[in-house]
Amino acid sequence: MVALSSSAAGLPADGFVVFAKEDCPTCQMVAPVLRTLARTEAPLRVYSQDDPAFPADLDVVDDSALEQSFRLDVETVPTLIRIEAGREVARTVGWDRAEWERVTGLRGLGEGLPGFQPGCGSKSRDPGVYEHLVARFGDPGLGARRITLGDWDDEAEACFDRGWTDGLPVVAPTDARILRMLGGTTRKPGEVVGLIPPNLAPCTVEKVAINAVMAGCKPEYLPVVLAALEAALEPAFTMHGLLCTTCFSGPVIVVNGPIARAIGMNWGVNALGQGNRANMTIGRALQLIIRNVGGGRPGEIDRATIGWPGKISCCFAEDETDPSWQPLAVARGIAAGKSAVTLFQGYGVQACMDQRSRAPEELTRSLALSLAAVAHPKLAEATAAMLILSPEHYAIFRSAGWDRARIEEELHAASMRPGKDLIVGAQGIGEGISPKLADQMVPKFWRGGLLIVRAGGPAGLWSGILAGWPGTRVRDQTHPVTREIRP
Amino acid sequence: MSFSMRDPTAETGSQRRPRTAPPPTLDGATVALLDIGKARGSEYIDRLEARLAERGIASRRYRKPTNTRVAPTELLQQIATEAQVAVIALSD
Repeated sequence: MVALSSSAAGLPADGFVVFAKEDCPTCQMVAPVLRTLARTEAPLRVYSQDDPAFPADLDVVDDSALEQSFRLDVETVPTLIRIEAGREVARTVGWDRAEWERVTGLRGLGEGLPGFQPGCGSKSRDPGVYEHLVARFGDPGLGARRITLGDWDDEAEACFDRGWTDGLPVVAPTDARILRMLGGTTRKPGEVVGLIPPNLAPCTVEKVAINAVMAGCKPEYLPVVLAALEAALEPAFTMHGLLCTTCFSGPVIVVNGPIARAIGMNWGVNALGQGNRANMTIGRALQLIIRNVGGGRPGEIDRATIGWPGKISCCFAEDETDPSWQPLAVARGIAAGKSAVTLFQGYGVQACMDQRSRAPEELTRSLALSLAAVAHPKLAEATAAMLILSPEHYAIFRSAGWDRARIEEELHAASMRPGKDLIVGAQGIGEGISPKLADQMVPKFWRGGLLIVRAGGPAGLWSGILAGWPGTRVRDQTHPVTREIRP
Repeated sequence: MSFSMRDPTAETGSQRRPRTAPPPTLDGATVALLDIGKARGSEYIDRLEARLAERGIASRRYRKPTNTRVAPTELLQQIATEAQVAVIALSD
C-alpha cells in the first residue's frame, strides 16, 4: 500500500481515485461503473493514461505524462484506490465486483457485467518507460555527477568533446538508461568493484553501468562486463602493464557457459568480426572503463607503437555445442555449466589456412608451423598465444579421438625446434633466443602458454591465432585470468 | 529542454571542459591573426601584426568570409595546420 504524499497533490483528501486507459477493454467495460461512482457523494478522480476524453461524460484528468500513475505505483489498469484523510486505505486492480464493492462500500456495482475480468498493464510499466519516470519524477539514486548540456548541444558531440569515447560515437548515459542498465545486476550501484588503472580510481557498479550504456550494452550483458572487469583487475592480469605497453596487445575476452547463449553472443560465423551486439559492446565497455574511470588513453599512458582494432573491443564466445569438446573455462577450473570469462592479453588474427591436411598429425604440424610466427618466428617462450580452432579443423582431431588435452600435448611436441636455428644471429637475423639454447630443442610456448578455443563458422578449413603479450613471459607474475560470472 | 547525463569518469577533473593551456613562449611559433569580418577588426590585427614583427614572432593573417556565420571548416583546418596560436579580433 502506498502512503500518499504531497507529491500526489491534487488528489481528493477523501474519495476514490481510478487509473484507466482507453486502450484497455476492461477499462471500457467498467466505464458505466465509474459513472455510477461519479454520482455518489464521494469525490471521484479519474486519471486517463492515454485519452483524456475517456471515459466519456466524466471529469477526467490527463495523466499521459504518467506522473500520478508513477507516484501511486500503478501497475494495472483499471486501478481503484480509496483515500481517507489523505491516505490510501484500499486498492483493487482489474474488475472484480466483490473487490470493487469492498473498496467502495457500495452494493450492486456493474450489473450485467461478468463478476471478474483481469485488467491490462499500466502504461507506466510499459517496457522502457518506468526508468524514465523514476528519472523524471522520482529519485534515481545515482551518485555520479550530472552533466547538463546547453539547449542546442548535441549529446554525441558533447561526449566526443569531453574525451569520453574510443573514437566511435557513444550512447549518452542518461539516468533512464543507467537505471535500466543497473537492472541487469543484483549488485548495489554503490559497490566498489575495484581500482582502475592507471590512476587506480575507485570504480562503482554505477560507473560500470554508465560506461556499459555508452558502449551500447544491453542490461543483460552487465554481469559479463562486471566479471570481465574483475578479471582485468586481478593482479595476475597486470592490466596496467598491458595498457601502457608498446606492444599491440589488449584484453581479449572469451565467454563460456550458458550466459553466452542467453545473451545471444556469437561463436559461429564471423565470431571475431562485426555484427553481434554483445560481442562488440562487452569488450568495448571494459575498454571505456579503463579509459574513462582509469584514465588510460592512447598517446598518454597507452604507448602502443601500432596497436590493433581489437583494442576497441575483442570479445567472443566459445562454441560449446559439441559435447566432445571441453570448454576453455572448464579446462581452467570452472565447473561445467557455470558461466565465466577468460581474459587473455592478445592481438591480431593470424590465419592457419590448411585445406589439405586430413590426418591429425598433419594438421598438428601445420598449426605448429603457423604458431611459430607468433611474435617472431625465431622467438620461443616469448609470449602466450590463443589458437581459435575452427569446427572443420577440430573435426579432423575429433575423428581421430583427440580431445583438448591430446591436442595441446601434440601441439607442444610439434612446436619443438632446434635451438641452433633460433639463436641470435642464426639465419642471418639478429633477433633470436639465447645462444645458450643452441644445443637444445626449444618449445614455442611454455606449458599452458597456448590457450585453445573452439569457435567459427561451420565451413572453412582454417583456424585463427591471436598472439600474446611479451609481458606474460614472466609467467609467475602475469598470465590470463578466468573468472566466474555472477548475476 | 536541456539534456543531462551522468559523468562516466572518476570525476577528478572539472565538470567544465578545460581550456587549452597557452604555450609558455611564442618563440618559434606562428601566430594566426583572424579577422572575423567586423568593422575595424583589421586595425586591431594591423597593430598586433606590427607588434609581433617587432618581437621577431611570425604571424599570418586570416579572414572569415562573414562575421554572421561560423568560420568554414577549411579555414579552421588551414589555421590549425599553419599556426600554433590564434588571436581573434572579435568585436568592432
